[in-house]
Amino acid sequence: MIEVNNLCKSFGSKVAVDDLSFKVKKGEVLGFLGPNGAGKSTTMRMVTGYFPPTSGEVSICDINMRTHPEQAKAKIGYLPESAPLYDDMSVKGFLKFTAGIRGLAGSDQKDAVERAIETCFLQKVAYQSIDTLSKGYRHRTCLAQSLLHDPEVLILDEPTDGLDPNQKYEVRELIKRLGESKTILFSTHILEEVEASCTRAVIVDQGRIVADGTPEELRNQSGKDSLQELFRQVTTLDTAA
Amino acid sequence: MKDIFTIYKREMASYFNQLTAYISIFIFLIFVMIMTFAVAQFMRVGDASLQYTFFYWHPLVYVLLVPIVGMRMWSDEHRSNTIELLGTFPISTWSVILGKYLAAATVWLVALALTFPIWITTNYLGDPDNFVIFSGYLGSFLVCLSFLAITSLVSSFTKDQVVTLVISSFVCFLLFLIGFDQVARWVQTIFGDEASEIFTSTGIWDHFRSLNVGNFRLQDFVWFATVILVSLLGTNFILNSKRA
Repeated sequence: MIEVNNLCKSFGSKVAVDDLSFKVKKGEVLGFLGPNGAGKSTTMRMVTGYFPPTSGEVSICDINMRTHPEQAKAKIGYLPESAPLYDDMSVKGFLKFTAGIRGLAGSDQKDAVERAIETCFLQKVAYQSIDTLSKGYRHRTCLAQSLLHDPEVLILDEPTDGLDPNQKYEVRELIKRLGESKTILFSTHILEEVEASCTRAVIVDQGRIVADGTPEELRNQSGKDSLQELFRQVTTLDTAA
Repeated sequence: MKDIFTIYKREMASYFNQLTAYISIFIFLIFVMIMTFAVAQFMRVGDASLQYTFFYWHPLVYVLLVPIVGMRMWSDEHRSNTIELLGTFPISTWSVILGKYLAAATVWLVALALTFPIWITTNYLGDPDNFVIFSGYLGSFLVCLSFLAITSLVSSFTKDQVVTLVISSFVCFLLFLIGFDQVARWVQTIFGDEASEIFTSTGIWDHFRSLNVGNFRLQDFVWFATVILVSLLGTNFILNSKRA
């Protein structure tokens, strides 16, 4: 379970996240929507413990991120926005390394790596050097590292960004499948993604939550049965900001 | 401890999968051998302690080569944003700092170990005091460790490896220059003996040379430990404050 209370983050005088609170329960897939620069990635970085918040609290499965960061981080699988990887490693080498960091060793490590490779369809490139991978494979390799330790909480920052339509479909199906047993928070600015795989969605604008509900509730809220319409109504155009 | 070792293994694989480590070790060996045999005339002088013919040149080579090996330490993590992955793994920043630092130190340990033929040659040709030679190696390695720690600190600031290289080399060169005979004499003529002594003891040369002649002075170890510790603490501080 993810619990976020009154989360704030400022960079100098710029407020990136402004008093954000939300909860994601087990078996829930929360879509985190918002225009570019709305504070989605900053929020996710705070939830994963990468950024310390200016104020507010994050707890993962009832473990406070500020007081027990290592225990809380152990519960999370995280796919950062740019899907960063070590280019000098092979796909399998990288997954073994991250499994090692997650405390998996011996046959547990081997099984976890094989399972992640299979789940993310990486068999063809398992022994390939990461710097020779296409964008889709890079993304899936980073997604695989987030699944290795079978985490209770998955945080995915734009998981389908840069993928082709087939890959997008696969990742959405994967999120839906994993969502049945895990807590998932994923960010996107693609609205159809929310309808395809989320049980609930929040729309964030200028660091604040401006809409919250199931995809259906949000559509109704727009008055025109359209998520896109609601998105346009509640968010600020970056040219207007 | 296990986390440090996991990071260490990855870094070691990375150093020896790429050319940087091999090239740096190779250049180090070639340069030191040229200086020892051609410039310092090892065979003619018959310096059995290896003090002036061999170890004397090490700090100068390290000024450039140590930052070359260490420049990717954090700069590369910043550039490829893998720092974000590391920051969300359930391990402490210290484990990563130490794992990376020890891996880079191992590269230099290998480089120094590969100079073993000169030690064998000295023992074959003469009757050296092996304790002094060991002390010389220790001094040389401590210079390496200090320069590496400085490079680690500088690389934590920037994602640009070239900037890391230039600044680290410059800082290491300053430490090298302070206490160098000519500079020390110049300070002495202007500010007097006492000032010169204090000035000299802040540089690397004084401490390196003392170990080089087999003196195990406490102040030398304190100096090296301080430089290394302060630089690594600084690295930790910068990495954490970059995220704040």
